[in-house]
Amino acid sequence: MSELRKVNIDGVEYEMPGHLTLMQACETAGAEIPRFCYHERLSVAGNCRMCLVEWEGAPKPMASCAMSLNDLRPNRDGSPANIRTNSATVKKAREGVMEFLLINHPLDCPICDQGGECDLQDQALGYGRSETRFEEDKRAVEEKNMGPLVKTNMTRCIQCTRCVRFISEVAGVEELGLINRGEGAEITTYLQANLTSELSGNVIDLCPVGALTSRPYAYNARSWELRKTESIDVMDAVGSAIRVDARGAEVMRILPRLNEDINEEWISDKTRFVWDGLKRQRLDKPFIRENGRLRGASWNEALMVIAERLKGDPSRIGAIAGDLADIESVKALKDLMESLGVRSMDCRQDGAAIGGQAREGYLFNSGIAGIDEADAILLIGVNPRVDAPIINARIRKAWLENNAEIGLIGAAVELTYPYTNLGNQPADLNELTSKRNPFVRAMAKAKKPMIIIGMDALTRTDGAQILRAAGLLAAKWKLVREDWNGFNVLHNAAGRVGALDVGFLPRQDGLNTRQMLDAAKKNDLDTLFLLGADEIELSEIDDTFVIYQGSHGDAGAHRADVILPGVAYTEKSTTYANTEGRWQQTRAAVGPKGEAKEDWKILRALSDNLGRVLPYDDIAALRASITAPKTSKFDPAKLGKAGKITNTALAPNPNSFWFSNPIARASETMSRCASSQSAQLEAAE
Amino acid sequence: MNRVLQFIRSLFLIEFIKAFGLGLRYFFKAKATLNYPFEKGPLSPRFRGEHALRRYPNGEERCIACKLCEAVCPAQAITIEAEPRDDGSRRTTRYDIDMTKCIFCGLCEEACPVDAIVEGPNFEYATETREELFYDKQKLLDNGDRWEREIAKNLELDAPYR
Repeated sequence: MSELRKVNIDGVEYEMPGHLTLMQACETAGAEIPRFCYHERLSVAGNCRMCLVEWEGAPKPMASCAMSLNDLRPNRDGSPANIRTNSATVKKAREGVMEFLLINHPLDCPICDQGGECDLQDQALGYGRSETRFEEDKRAVEEKNMGPLVKTNMTRCIQCTRCVRFISEVAGVEELGLINRGEGAEITTYLQANLTSELSGNVIDLCPVGALTSRPYAYNARSWELRKTESIDVMDAVGSAIRVDARGAEVMRILPRLNEDINEEWISDKTRFVWDGLKRQRLDKPFIRENGRLRGASWNEALMVIAERLKGDPSRIGAIAGDLADIESVKALKDLMESLGVRSMDCRQDGAAIGGQAREGYLFNSGIAGIDEADAILLIGVNPRVDAPIINARIRKAWLENNAEIGLIGAAVELTYPYTNLGNQPADLNELTSKRNPFVRAMAKAKKPMIIIGMDALTRTDGAQILRAAGLLAAKWKLVREDWNGFNVLHNAAGRVGALDVGFLPRQDGLNTRQMLDAAKKNDLDTLFLLGADEIELSEIDDTFVIYQGSHGDAGAHRADVILPGVAYTEKSTTYANTEGRWQQTRAAVGPKGEAKEDWKILRALSDNLGRVLPYDDIAALRASITAPKTSKFDPAKLGKAGKITNTALAPNPNSFWFSNPIARASETMSRCASSQSAQLEAAE
Repeated sequence: MNRVLQFIRSLFLIEFIKAFGLGLRYFFKAKATLNYPFEKGPLSPRFRGEHALRRYPNGEERCIACKLCEAVCPAQAITIEAEPRDDGSRRTTRYDIDMTKCIFCGLCEEACPVDAIVEGPNFEYATETREELFYDKQKLLDNGDRWEREIAKNLELDAPYR
């Protein structure tokens, strides 16, 4: 904290920390400062000149974003410097700047997608002159190709360079730049290449004008006709805060919401652009398979068929919860299965070796905001850029601001920050003992060291052994202390932590996902209940009766014998736990599609048909029946199982970033992104 | 005295002749009524009648789907849906006006930045069913084509006062 400085803003004297910029000081004092280029999470550029304020006695107005209180001299008589934010000079200066900005800005607001939520529009109204004096020709700038997500209209650009700074500072890929000078200045990608960052969509929000807009959303709707619902994202396990904008029964776009502890104000491209997947491949009524073909059925009929099946031998019934299942429906399914005496249930459809032990053993214990404080990070079998781009941006921030040392055990990939590759074999974990290894020294010396272990390691057959090795390392380096817990599991499924918290795991003698699928192949399982589970191998299962409950017609529905149409995350108000174990609620932005119902209601209705009525009639009663997960004493050395780690290299997740869940797989935008990415990779080779 | 005068008036049918004269005068005077629908009264260029969507002289529709008319409409009679056309330009895929909701305030016309939606001089569009009053984009464009000459003339006449 720097020392306090006295300053007089609009006639009132304040004492503020000297490191504040004039803009921050004025805002603290309650004055409104217009700006275009300044953004609190990006470096200061000071090139739009909109934030001019008057320093009495200075020859010219000052750009308040680029000047700190420490730079101010007191007046000659020793009184604090006088800053004016509303004087005639400031008004004239702002009008002048605005007039210059508007010289080359086209008057195409009616066809501009930014219209209605445009900083330039608002500030031209508030601070500009009412008419133009410019009679010459305006300039025109060629369109740039920035890929399938970001639509450009560079004539509208006012060269604030927010996008350039975001892409190089936060996203960490140097793919945008400002070339030429003066009137010829333009923002461009290098060599006509697409943006490759998973955070590229954020430049759309950052752009204060309509130069960068969303391509999938192009011309679809206006900001004022959208119904805004604050919700939570389920595309990854981060649980980013989002705002779902809907019109009528359709989700029109998804925007980020501020949450300093999770996503700050960024969201990944998958989160932002997946909404067209909500309109395609939807299951809108129950289906029953007859003679190999699915036919539409009524709810009653479908539930009767299922009830008949579930009355069979409970040891020959299994249930698997998928990646997008919410806590309420998992709890309802668990209660239903337990009342039937079913012991085979599992929420880890990828077979991850987590759960059943201390809660901290499957959580991101440092917290996402905790990454900011970390000074040494070891990544084990995880590509945070694919699994959680928001967390990758946080790690990059730790590297930028804390100079964090980062090590990786896993396949060498581009992570947008430098790291030490400590090997591709999980067995290399056991070799991280030598004091000669500079990364091991950094880890041992670090004040807040972190281990992040990911699903690429934990889903292997020797996942439990890798977990034990990582836990032993965490114990050795004293990662778990009173004030800091540096042992972290990074999930890639939004529903996983919630399901583990509820305890949707095999009971005594129950089968886990792998065993259930093996049993089904050998016809040792009569009935398999899939709650939105699509990422499992179902093709070799012949005689098992498969019940699929979910929102999209994906792999699970393809094989299913009965389909119960559920709802997607934008259509229900339910709880999800993110990778940190933070319970958050989604809110329904639109209604269910067709005859679909909320998942817990389907299970409640099914329990009625089975004659084993679940003891809750509304969501409040269901929530009341869910007990908060217990925290116990956490010893990382006891995690997993002791044993030998096999000698195979860590393989990256076969599900690509763009196709990790049924909603994303139904989305056209996601497939366009994937194909443009592979085309770009081919061109590079 | 009055009684005498009244007797003379009634004897010579003076009131009757006066009334007959008045009738005759109006009989030969120019008529105030119009022989509607064969004759029609004059209309102001600002008359707000049936809506129409106009085109540019090259046949391109003017509407750019900015949705300002939809936003300004106090009766919420306008529904617009838009998406990029094949050539990348911003166009409506749906432009509906519910004429049963419309209050003919003319705000849509005023909000339009490209003079696409206008209220033309036509007021004779009564229908037999309610459904016929739910205008879609094609109906509005047809209206525009039919009335373009009159609409253009009206806009030109009114331009100095805008």
